[in-house]
Amino acid sequence: MFESALNWVMGVFYSLPEWLQYLTITTWKILFVVIAVILIVAFSTYFERKVIGSMQSRVGPNRVGPLGLGQPFADVIKLLIKEVIVPSQSSKFLFVIAPLLSLTPALAAWAVIPLNDWYVIADINAGLLYVLALTSVGVYGVILAGWATNSKYALLGAMRSAAQIVAYEIAMGFALVGVLMASGSLNLGDIVRAQDGGFSQWFLIPLFPLFIVYWISGVAETNRAPFDVAEGESEIVAGFHVEYSGVAFALFFLAEYANMVLISTLTAIFFLGGWASPFGGWTFLNDISWLSWLTAGGLHWLFLKMCLFMYTFFWFRATFPRYRYDQIMRLGWKVFIPVTIIWIAVEGVMAWFQVGPWSGLGA
Amino acid sequence: MLHSILFYMFAFIMLGAAAGVVFSRNPVHSVMFLVLTFFQSAILWLMVEAEFLAIVLVLVYVGAVMVLFLFVVMMLEVNIEAAKRGLTRYAPFAIGVALLMAVELIQLIWLRGHGGSSAGGFAPTPEGYSNTKALGSVLYTEHVYAFEIAAVILLLAIVAAITLTMRKRPGLKVQNIAAQVAVRAKDRVRIVKMDAEKKQ
Repeated sequence: MFESALNWVMGVFYSLPEWLQYLTITTWKILFVVIAVILIVAFSTYFERKVIGSMQSRVGPNRVGPLGLGQPFADVIKLLIKEVIVPSQSSKFLFVIAPLLSLTPALAAWAVIPLNDWYVIADINAGLLYVLALTSVGVYGVILAGWATNSKYALLGAMRSAAQIVAYEIAMGFALVGVLMASGSLNLGDIVRAQDGGFSQWFLIPLFPLFIVYWISGVAETNRAPFDVAEGESEIVAGFHVEYSGVAFALFFLAEYANMVLISTLTAIFFLGGWASPFGGWTFLNDISWLSWLTAGGLHWLFLKMCLFMYTFFWFRATFPRYRYDQIMRLGWKVFIPVTIIWIAVEGVMAWFQVGPWSGLGA
Repeated sequence: MLHSILFYMFAFIMLGAAAGVVFSRNPVHSVMFLVLTFFQSAILWLMVEAEFLAIVLVLVYVGAVMVLFLFVVMMLEVNIEAAKRGLTRYAPFAIGVALLMAVELIQLIWLRGHGGSSAGGFAPTPEGYSNTKALGSVLYTEHVYAFEIAAVILLLAIVAAITLTMRKRPGLKVQNIAAQVAVRAKDRVRIVKMDAEKKQ
C-alpha cells in the first residue's frame, strides 16, 4: 500500500520536466528549513522562560500541556486572535510592512547555511558576504516601525537601534574578515570543511578574540539583553514596537528570536566547526562500534552548538544589567573595532610563519 | 528567453522605483524607493554573474549608507512648500543635467549599434570561477596603488568629518570615568567636629 503510493509519487516526479523537478526539490528544502526554524523559535521562547525561571528560583511556565510544553502554541494562538491596532496618525503602509521587513532577512539568510555536508539550499561562493548583507538589511524593519508609528518613544527606540546596529556591524564584518583569512573561502561549507578534524582545528582557538567580538556583537545586533536599549522598557516603554499588537507584534517577536537562532548558528559555523564533529580526529573511537557516531559530523552537532549559544543568550539576560547607551557606543567603536583590526594584523603574522590553520600554506 | 523576461521585469521595477524617489511627497518614502532601486540594480548585477559587486552593493549602500540617510531624513523636518519653491529656481540647471545624461546615453547606444564596443551579452563564466577571487587578485596586484590611494582619501574624509563636527561647547557636562573611579572618600566628605549646640 505505502510502497505503491510512494512509487506513484516518484513516477509523477520523474515525469516532470527537469526545471520543475529542481523547483520541487528546492521548495521542499526551503519549507523544511523554514518550518524547523519556526519550531526552534517557538520552543526557544519556552526554554528562555524555563531557564530564566530556574536561574531566579521560579518554576516558569508549567500549566499548558505536560511540563508546560504547550505554552508557545498557547501564546501564538492568543496573539493571532488579537486585534491589530493601527494608530490613526501613523504611516499605514510602512506600519504594516515593517514587521515583515525585519522577519524576511532573518529567514532568507538560511538559504546559504549548510546544515550538514550536503544539505544547503544555495551553495554559493559569496555565502559569507550574503549573510553579512542580509543581517545588515534587518535594521530597516526596526527603523521603519519606529518612524511609521508616529510616537516619540518608538522613534527614540528606532534611533537607538539604528545607531547600535550600524556600529556593531562594522566589528562583526571585521571579525568575519579574520574567519575568511583563516579558511581562505567565502563559502560557508568550505569554512566548515576547513575546521574539520576535531576541536583542535576549530577557529575558536587561533581566532579567540575575534570569536568574543563576533559573539558579543551578535548579541548587540539582535538587540538582546544586556544591549536591549532599543526596547528599554524602563525608559521608553517598549521602544520601536510600543504601538504594535496581535500578529504584527508576534512577527517582531519571531524576527528577534529567528535572528538569535541565526546568530547562534553562524557563530557555531564560523568558530566552532558547524556540523563537524568535535571528536573528528579521534580515529580510535571508530574501533568501538557504539561510539563511532561521535566522530561522524552531522546536523546534530550543529544543533547542539546552536543550543549552547541560545542558552548563553538566556543566561546573559538573566545575569547582566542593561548597558548605558554611551557605554554601548564606546564598547563598539573604541574597544571592538581596534581589537579586530589588531587581530587581523596578528593573523597576518601567523600566516607568514605558517602556524595554526595556515600550517598547510607552504605545501 | 527566461533571462530577458527576468531582466525586463527587474529593470521596470527599478525604473518605477527610481521615479518613485523623485515623485513621492514624503522624504522617508523617497528613501525607501531608493533602497528598492539599489536592490533591483543588485539583482541586475547578479544576472550578469557579478555576484560580488551585487552583494557588496546591498551590504554597503542598503545596509549602511541608506540606514544613515534614513536616520538623517527622519530627524529633519522637511518643509515641502519651501522645497517646491526651490524646484522652479533650480529647474533650468536640472534640465541641463538631464539633457547631458540623455545625450551621453544616446551616444552609448549609438556606439554599440555601430560595433564600437562589445555587442551582445557576456560570455558565461566557466565552472568554479570565483568572482571575488578574480577581483581581489587584480585589486591587490595590478591596481594596488590606486586602491591604497582611495583608502587614504577615505581615511582623510573620515578624519576631516570628525574634525569639523568636534567643537567644544562651553559648559558641557562630561563624565570622567577615570576620575570617578579614582575618587576617595576624603575627597568628597569632610568630617567636621563640632560641639552640640544645646546643653543636654
